[in-house]
Amino acid sequence: MVRFVNLTLAGITSGAVFAAVALALVLIWRATRIVNFAQGGMLMFTTFLAWSVIDHGGSYWLALGTALASGLVLGAVLERVVVRPVESKPPLNAVIVTLGLYVLLQAAAGMIWGDTPHSYPPAFTIRGLSVAGERLLLSPFDLFVIGAVAAVMVALTLLFVRTDLGLRLRAAAFAPEIARLQGVRVGRMLTLGWALAALVGSLAGVLVAPSVFVGPAQFDAMLVFGFTAAVIGGLDSPAGAVVGGLLLGCALSYVSGYVSSDLVTFGALAALITVLMVRPNGLFAASAGRRV
Amino acid sequence: MSDSPSALLELREVTVRFDGLVALDTVSLAAPRGRVTGVIGPNGAGKTTLFNVVCGFVRPRSGEVRWRGRALARHRPHDLARLGIARTLQGLGLFPGLTVLENVMVGADRHARTGFLSGLLAAPRADRDEAALRERAMARLDELGVAGEAARRPGELPYGAQKRVALARALAAEPDLLLLDEPAAGLSVGEIEELAALIGGLRGGPAVVLVEHHMDLVMGVCDQVVVLDFGRVIAAGAPGEVRDDPAVLTAYLGEEVRGA
Repeated sequence: MVRFVNLTLAGITSGAVFAAVALALVLIWRATRIVNFAQGGMLMFTTFLAWSVIDHGGSYWLALGTALASGLVLGAVLERVVVRPVESKPPLNAVIVTLGLYVLLQAAAGMIWGDTPHSYPPAFTIRGLSVAGERLLLSPFDLFVIGAVAAVMVALTLLFVRTDLGLRLRAAAFAPEIARLQGVRVGRMLTLGWALAALVGSLAGVLVAPSVFVGPAQFDAMLVFGFTAAVIGGLDSPAGAVVGGLLLGCALSYVSGYVSSDLVTFGALAALITVLMVRPNGLFAASAGRRV
Repeated sequence: MSDSPSALLELREVTVRFDGLVALDTVSLAAPRGRVTGVIGPNGAGKTTLFNVVCGFVRPRSGEVRWRGRALARHRPHDLARLGIARTLQGLGLFPGLTVLENVMVGADRHARTGFLSGLLAAPRADRDEAALRERAMARLDELGVAGEAARRPGELPYGAQKRVALARALAAEPDLLLLDEPAAGLSVGEIEELAALIGGLRGGPAVVLVEHHMDLVMGVCDQVVVLDFGRVIAAGAPGEVRDDPAVLTAYLGEEVRGA
């Protein structure tokens, strides 16, 4: 029983990070119908920037701030400069562009920081908390991870649901032409959407960095897990992305704990294929209606 | 239809060509504040092109669009709300994923505009703006008798009610010019009568320009009517005068007379 609780706790922690990556993908998919394959590269790059800050003697919090700010800027700039020209083109163009960006960012990071992975410190101790004499697989840093992701989720929900800026963001995502007639600057909304998505992604990068280390290829699995979580949630639903992330995190934790840790990536892909076969639109798809 | 000093919107000899096809040929019209101007004509007469010119979707080859006495050039669709111009679309043009209330709030947004970054950073202020916005959108829905549907998605409502939501959204912007693009399309006779009453109730408020096929609606609610045929103004004046104009009869009935 303790083992099950521990695996669940570990699953929720890693699931929170998957959820953040999934949310970054969903935000962009909703607004522009683009699957942002560059997300893995973007969060790798911003995490490297954060690592540089720490490497030069900066504090954890300064590094985190650097990652978030650079994520915001990177997302906005990439949308404006690289993605905007393909937004009205066939979907394959965007796929190629985001994949190309991913390769580019990875190569650039390798040139700047080298290919050797670097360790990244956690914000708090990763020694598990003890409850009634049992050491739990839940450390203060894990609590920070869960709390940080939850805080970002709440903030984003408030932004989208409770502010007129959020309303315009949603209007621009649902029907850009109509939104334009209502005075919404759709281009700006898309830029802001990318910036917010990249911000969430860069948070995920810093949170997961202590366990995967910081290197050009260290975050590749994060994109796969995040994408799986997003698809489980239906790609269109931010709430679905969060639930998908937590489900995937727990599922993979059970696979790792009860079967073998070698099978974790296999498990993620198996989950992805199963969901796509059983519910092709994801568990949270609102309707079968497709935008053509 | 002479130049009126109170004309808010004025088209002066606007010409639009698409690949040799003349969509609008030296069209002039003036829409004064507080009055309803109807634009009628057979299919392909250029009615929608005329709206597209006003909205900045289409640039005229020659002539000018004047708004509040100034030439409008290079305006883009997203500028309309700021200029005080609202347009309803043929069909509905509602956001399917937003609630009825949110649909109207997007329309009302030009009055509660929080800036790009300030909206992000100054959440409390944005929250207050949002409450004011919500209240005003609700008032418009109430006026149009669809306040009870505020929390539903447009797709769940009957067509007539969706039309009311679209109109509520246009009015929520408190426009000085309201462009109604075939608002009666798809409505039942009873709903058209209600629509006529709604449009009539706007008299004295914004300038209204109504593009419509439905002759009874146009003749019933408009203060002045402009008739287009093949991109040209063939008649203009009060509904009674226009109705009996021989050129209008030819344009509308010519085919039938020939066929009979």
